[in-house]
Amino acid sequence: MTVLDSRVPDGPLASKWEDHKFDMKLVNPNNKRRFEVIVVGTGLAGASAAATMGELGYRVKAFTYHDSARRAHSIAAQGGINAAKNYHGDGDSVHRLFYDTIKGGDYRSREANVHRLAEVSNNIIDQCVAQGVPFAREYGGLLDNRSFGGAQVSRTFYARGQTGQQLLLGAYQALSRQVKAGTVELHTNQEMLELVVVDGKAVGIVTRDLVTGELTRHSAHAVVLGTGGYSNAFYLSTMAMSCNATAIWRAHRKGAFFANPCYTQIHPTAIPSSDEFQSKLTLMSESLRNDGRIWVPKDPDESRAVVDIPEEDRDYYLERKYPSFGNLAPRDISSRAAKVVVDEGRGVGPLKNGVYLDFADAISRLGRQAVADKYGNLFDMYERITGENPYEVPMRIYPAPHYTMGGLWVDYHLQTTIPGLFAIGEANFSDHGANRLGASALMQGLADGYFVLPYTIGDYLAPQLGAPKVDTSAREFEEAEADVRGRVEHYLGIGGTRSVDFFHRELGKILWDYCGMGRNQAGLEKALSEIPALREEFESDVRVLGGPDSLNSSLEKVGRVADTFELAELMCRDALTREESCGGHFREEHQTADGEAKRDDENFAHVSAWEWTGDSGSPTEHREPLVYEEVELSTRSYK
Amino acid sequence: MNLTLRVWRQSGPDAPGRFETYEATDVSPDSSFLEMLDLVNEELIAEGEVPIEFMHDCREGICGTCGMMINGQAHGPQALTATCQLHMRTFSDGDEIVLEPWRATGFPIIKDLVVDRAAFDRIIEAGGYVTVDTGSAPDANLIPIPKDTADLAMDAAACIGCGACVAACPNGAAQLFTSAKVAQLNMMPQGQAERYDRAEHMVEVMEEHFGSCTNMGECEAACPKGISIDFIAMMNKDYRKAKFRNRRTA
Repeated sequence: MTVLDSRVPDGPLASKWEDHKFDMKLVNPNNKRRFEVIVVGTGLAGASAAATMGELGYRVKAFTYHDSARRAHSIAAQGGINAAKNYHGDGDSVHRLFYDTIKGGDYRSREANVHRLAEVSNNIIDQCVAQGVPFAREYGGLLDNRSFGGAQVSRTFYARGQTGQQLLLGAYQALSRQVKAGTVELHTNQEMLELVVVDGKAVGIVTRDLVTGELTRHSAHAVVLGTGGYSNAFYLSTMAMSCNATAIWRAHRKGAFFANPCYTQIHPTAIPSSDEFQSKLTLMSESLRNDGRIWVPKDPDESRAVVDIPEEDRDYYLERKYPSFGNLAPRDISSRAAKVVVDEGRGVGPLKNGVYLDFADAISRLGRQAVADKYGNLFDMYERITGENPYEVPMRIYPAPHYTMGGLWVDYHLQTTIPGLFAIGEANFSDHGANRLGASALMQGLADGYFVLPYTIGDYLAPQLGAPKVDTSAREFEEAEADVRGRVEHYLGIGGTRSVDFFHRELGKILWDYCGMGRNQAGLEKALSEIPALREEFESDVRVLGGPDSLNSSLEKVGRVADTFELAELMCRDALTREESCGGHFREEHQTADGEAKRDDENFAHVSAWEWTGDSGSPTEHREPLVYEEVELSTRSYK
Repeated sequence: MNLTLRVWRQSGPDAPGRFETYEATDVSPDSSFLEMLDLVNEELIAEGEVPIEFMHDCREGICGTCGMMINGQAHGPQALTATCQLHMRTFSDGDEIVLEPWRATGFPIIKDLVVDRAAFDRIIEAGGYVTVDTGSAPDANLIPIPKDTADLAMDAAACIGCGACVAACPNGAAQLFTSAKVAQLNMMPQGQAERYDRAEHMVEVMEEHFGSCTNMGECEAACPKGISIDFIAMMNKDYRKAKFRNRRTA
């Protein structure tokens, strides 16, 4: 029996959200200012939520550990944002976007949430254009689109290769307007290190000022986490260096269930690593697959220069295996196909750890200038990093951890299992199932922040009208702050011999080897014994220098890595428990004869939501069955 | 390759600073500049010395967090390149490299190579937005925008807010940063309603924090995104018009 109530409303799928908006309770405009809401994170989801709630009249406190709200990692999203506008009359519709997203997620997402996402997608484009986001346009002045993986229509809106930047700046500017108007109090350089729960409800947070080290208690009527995903658990990923899971993990430890932690996305097109000291992997946008062709030499011992390898000796393996989607096969499928050819010894580059992404055909068909117009900044970026010119020689790419579909379990209202605690954007688990399609992360972050949470949070707050917020002198606040202080002192006092980064790198290697693109029982069990052992070493041998009361990046990192150890264990445990392959979760024991993922709908058509029990070794699993009313479960085929 | 670094160390905003010399050994030419600094920090930690604090985050040249003076140049010697995108192949074995924080009164030092750029946020809050509440927008294709206008707006919007323009300017002026946002919004149809108030308010807040522009052009040369000083001319024009309009309506 499940304790999870998804609160999906009754009624036909296509009108659930419209009907529910009417059914939810409202807070009248004059009463909104009597409620305070904390929003942690100022990425697409956090900034858009804080700005919109500020506009509505709530008193919002927004927090970011960056020096400015504009620096959140949403800014690095390159390719675009999906919407079902059907401006090109190529057969798109809300239903098709919904269907593609469910199918792309390998039938492991909640139908009602995904449908709502598709419904509001069009509002997002309208909103962003009105904010002055300079989307790409055609000569007639109308909006341009391109195609992304997993779709056979052109529904992706973009701003050169900097769509995330432009959308984030739009949200940041909307937020700045509310800061100026006084409805949002913005706290920069403040990291949330603990959630405060009183009588089972989320009532506040404890933050550390990264510049002065000061700990502060903040109280509110509700807490919203828009703190992103946990790909940095792998150490090498396309995440920014400071992306971390501490906020959601602290919430998990206070009672928020963690859903599907093993659903991680390995993006097919990143620049392969060049040496062991590399600190991060750089993504090359999926949009490049519109015009780039992916191949490796047929012969593992190929020794000719790349441009001298004739057509007949090249293996365009995506076009060969998936003729109808070709180079635009979804991310999980493209990544695994790259792993297969590299494992066969057919990788390219000095370390034989990549595959080619070749623009020669596009350049001869469209001309160099047209290719430069579309992808110029990406080509420049590639050349700066590798020293190679992609107009002359093909790019080398390889998959890299990029996004996490798992996250805090939320119901239809985006509320976690702790009343009053909401999770939005990548921090929640809700819309992408086991694999996210390209250009859908921006869509979800902004859908949650602009168009979903501002409605659903009212339903939680309305009945509390007149209730004072919990005073920050309450025992629970005191304990939370003492706990944070204790952790800071503990890590400063260990006085070990190795840096925080050393342990993070080692942890990342374990995860990549055993819980990466391919997973199996023996490997996961090995990881589950190695991670706690490394954790033990970390607790006794990590070295954090400097003091608690000034800028100290080692101290910031040590707490994040400590939380990542526990999360990494949960990722492996979830991967071990899910005895099927689906989307980004590929269990090698469960594959078809031709190496495709083999789902087990009979036993695993559910969300696994894990409850913290006080010990990272024995979490409790709860299951939310996935009920499909509209879509028929079928084997995903992109052939 | 082996390098000698001379790095500005300063333990806090009010503490005196000084240059310290460090050796960076066995650096791969393929590593990034910041990975080289990671390596130096690993060695400092091993020796029990407090590591160097520097600004960085996305390491792909888009978040605008990173930035330092490298041999006196904002973001170092490579044009159109943020510090995090600079790679060691740009340098030669045996080089001495001098690292300093952004040098500008508008960006007070927090620690080592880290500065406080909060004044940029104040400029945006003064008018760097279009007033449009969520949900009130008309259909996105209602107002066509000529492609060249949209492209030019995108050129301005590409600003990452790193502050290299201010650091490179002999006057510590923030005209390039401010004008990039003013120009982007003021050239698009969506930005017209607030055009002149935006120019006036943003310029005035800018001047509370930063020096004055004397058309040196160092900002454009240092900008990792190649933002053109043409936008400063556009901003000045709108500011001048704004002052006249506002005088007339006062």
